[in-house]
Amino acid sequence: MSLDEPILSRRGLGRLGVAAATLAAVGAVKAATSPAQAQAAGGTIKVGILHSLSGTMAISETTLKDVMLMLIEQQNKKGGLLGKKLEAVVVDPASNWPLFAEKARQLISVDKCAAVFGCWTSVSRKSVLPVFEELNGILFYPVQYEGQECSRNVFYTGAAPNQQAIPAVDYLMKEGKVKRWVLAGTDYVYPRTTNQILEAYLKLKGVAPDDIMINYTPFGQSDWQNIVSSIKKFGSAGKKTAVVSTINGDANVPFYKELGNQGIKATDIPVVAFSVGEEELAGVDTKPLLGHLAAWNYFESVDTKENKAFIKEWKAFTKNPKRTTNDPMEAHYIGFNMWVKGVEKAGTTDPDAVIEALIGVTVPNLSGGYSALMPNHHITKPVLIGEIQADGQFNVVSETPGLVVAQEWSPYVADTKDLIGDWRAPMKCGAYNVKTGTCTAGKKA
Amino acid sequence: MHRLIAWLLLLAIVILPPNARADGLDDAYEKLAASAGAISTASFDSVRQGVEELALSGDPRAADVIGALHDGMLYANDDHVLFIQQPDGHYADARTGKPAPDVTDDDVKSVRVNNAIRGAIDGALGSLQLFAPDAPARLQAASAVFVSHDPAALPALDKALAKETDPAVKQRMEQAKAAALLSDPDAGQAAKLAAVETLKARGDQDSRSLLSALAGQTGPVADAAGAAVVSIDHILQMWSVAQSIFYGLSLGSVLLLAAAGLAITFGVMGVINMAHGEMVMIGAYVTFVVQQLMHTYLPSLYGISLPVAVPVAFLVSGGVGVVVERSLIRWLYGRPLETLLATWGLSLVLQQIVRSLFGANNQDVDTPGWMSGAYRLGGLTLTWNRLYIILFAFLVIAALMAALRYTPLGLRMRAVTQNRRMAAAMGIRTPWIDAMTFGLGSGVAGIAGVALSQIDNVSPNLGQGYIIDSFMVVVFGGVGNLWGTTLGALTLGIVNKFLEPVAGAVLGKIVVLVLLILFVQRNPRGMFPLKGRAVEA
Repeated sequence: MSLDEPILSRRGLGRLGVAAATLAAVGAVKAATSPAQAQAAGGTIKVGILHSLSGTMAISETTLKDVMLMLIEQQNKKGGLLGKKLEAVVVDPASNWPLFAEKARQLISVDKCAAVFGCWTSVSRKSVLPVFEELNGILFYPVQYEGQECSRNVFYTGAAPNQQAIPAVDYLMKEGKVKRWVLAGTDYVYPRTTNQILEAYLKLKGVAPDDIMINYTPFGQSDWQNIVSSIKKFGSAGKKTAVVSTINGDANVPFYKELGNQGIKATDIPVVAFSVGEEELAGVDTKPLLGHLAAWNYFESVDTKENKAFIKEWKAFTKNPKRTTNDPMEAHYIGFNMWVKGVEKAGTTDPDAVIEALIGVTVPNLSGGYSALMPNHHITKPVLIGEIQADGQFNVVSETPGLVVAQEWSPYVADTKDLIGDWRAPMKCGAYNVKTGTCTAGKKA
Repeated sequence: MHRLIAWLLLLAIVILPPNARADGLDDAYEKLAASAGAISTASFDSVRQGVEELALSGDPRAADVIGALHDGMLYANDDHVLFIQQPDGHYADARTGKPAPDVTDDDVKSVRVNNAIRGAIDGALGSLQLFAPDAPARLQAASAVFVSHDPAALPALDKALAKETDPAVKQRMEQAKAAALLSDPDAGQAAKLAAVETLKARGDQDSRSLLSALAGQTGPVADAAGAAVVSIDHILQMWSVAQSIFYGLSLGSVLLLAAAGLAITFGVMGVINMAHGEMVMIGAYVTFVVQQLMHTYLPSLYGISLPVAVPVAFLVSGGVGVVVERSLIRWLYGRPLETLLATWGLSLVLQQIVRSLFGANNQDVDTPGWMSGAYRLGGLTLTWNRLYIILFAFLVIAALMAALRYTPLGLRMRAVTQNRRMAAAMGIRTPWIDAMTFGLGSGVAGIAGVALSQIDNVSPNLGQGYIIDSFMVVVFGGVGNLWGTTLGALTLGIVNKFLEPVAGAVLGKIVVLVLLILFVQRNPRGMFPLKGRAVEA
């Protein structure tokens, strides 16, 4: 009964309090970064970092703030960008979605940031989207998401559904011979859209509607007894069953604990998760989870020279040998390097020029290949499937042979199957209907 | 199919001369070593065959090598020599067990395992363990064979059954045999019908799963299986009611623990303490710190770190409570709105302090072995951690009631809440009693934190998830009444768990909330309102 509805009402009640506390927190962060500000008073390029440092999402987003600070520091050591030093502007939107929009506005119009790296949840991205489009800013969004979006001002460095969810389902169908599917998710836009796409895809592959069970739970669900036992029951119909989990954030730990306690092993009913990474597993005893799966485009255990160097720098930067790396961190690594290249190519930080220049930029990723920024503002990625090991790391059991190009509009959803996004001239459209030949949304001259 | 090949190989091992057997062994090791570093369907198939061959080879190193493979510690170099990584990070030759000091991380690649291989490992080790000397190991082996239900295990099962004397193990082996028979295309109809009966008698979800796989086909076996599924469903239906009651009790006990402290600070003292959840969170962090300290300084007593954490958490959270009362709350008595705002601010401050001290990430609080897993009672799955928490919640509430009733402090607390002026006139230092009462409530919240660290995330946000529920329970049960709090928590828990399967988790909670609002509309003082002059005042 840990209810979220009342928390919302509490939030409403205490919004003033939150705002006040956030101001204080931001003040503290600013004070902490002020020496850097003073030193580079002349020509600096400002980079906005819009990640929650307090509230429920702090667990995931704080790390991304740290990795951005590291990347900026490294770039400054290399001599900065266009002969100027980079300067990080850190704000704390406090896991409060409307506050994301306010902070984004501040970063673009008050701080004049050349680019902003930020957001984690889709609802926060949706909240800042109109701000970036109105003020013509640049946002790099590093998290895997549900797709169905293609904005001129956003660069999506996380995975679209076809770069994560669909290959994972394919893997289970082929290798696991799974015939029955539980789609379990947290009740918000990302799981709902992803499950809508997956349901359409599974039906297309001949899975009967009776063999699909969809279950949603509120944010922060901590009592999973009923749901796990109903999954168990669903799995006892004589067909190999798997769970596709879009459960997000804190709720994962009690979910996996309950799975372990009720004795569901990965060899019986495997769970493949899209939101569980090394960071989330850091607070769990992983022995009962052995063999459960996750699909990402990067794992800390990826065995390449680039990755080993990155991990070493990260541990040195955070002065903590236990810090883990994860997929959204790699997305920021790729996104930041792409932005640097794009600005160098454009020779200016002017948003219009940089947005033009970014398309086609190619930078190395950490899994031994190169990622390219496509005209749909998404990037090419390899898809990796990993199984959880006893030490909390992932053991890669499947890897796509080449890079996968993102499908920003899902071909499995009736409304969007004819849409494409292409921000090159002359099309310059985020949602172009190839059947009717018209641009349905997001046109920008 | 692979298992069939493996058994043919076993046959070959028995028949062929020793040098040919060594070849078979080489072949098994080669299959493992050649797949190192590779991730493809072919490489995983090859590893799986290697495991099966190795398990049947009778090689004395087989168990070690398969165990290392299972733990992800098996590596091979480019010359296909296998190494096992030791706990200290060094390598040892897998086939001889001798240390290989020259081998470094860069020379070797790991042999990867996936779920299919893990299943093969469990099954292969299971059929070997059927002849283990001690009964629990045989029971476990029989269960493993039941899960893999591979017809290839039938000869081994028959042999083991003939020798078995322990009735429980024998029963499990017969069930495993029945499961294997059902998936054997060559088994006769009579044997299959008997197997269906065996599984029907077992009557749990695993049996249902096996039987319903058959029920779709045609023929007398399928009909029998279909009937068995219906009968099992009937039994499971009855158990599921009991299971829901257990889930409800368990959720209720968690609510009770979270609310017990608030029943004191809010129920008895009337302080709207929005920082109550943070007291719970502090208790959980104390558990983490106690575990860390004991791990470093008293590793021998690590198993009882949770019982040790209980009094420590009580003292730390209680201490924080006393400080908060003395420094903040005592200036705000009789001003509920200010108290609400101040304690809400305090909750944010406490969260941020913990976040700054420990970081935003979840902390890993270990669950001791005696709290992991589940106890199976017929069709019920009673998870140990939940069982202990139910027990613990009742102990805490009983202790709290006893403290209020039988200790001098409890007597004074009740006196002060009933009639503050009269109590003061009798020589009771009411400010001191206020501080102690608030400390007691906060300390109980800290104890709740120890229990919650076992089922929830130990993160700075831990308390937020419980604060509203706690207020709900206290208001629903009747402010100022511990019995009411207990009954309120259990009622809410059970209602919620019966609604959840019908309405879904999200809607279920909304329904509970709406019902609660309606109830409080009708009975503003909750289920068990306090009577007397104090209430009217």
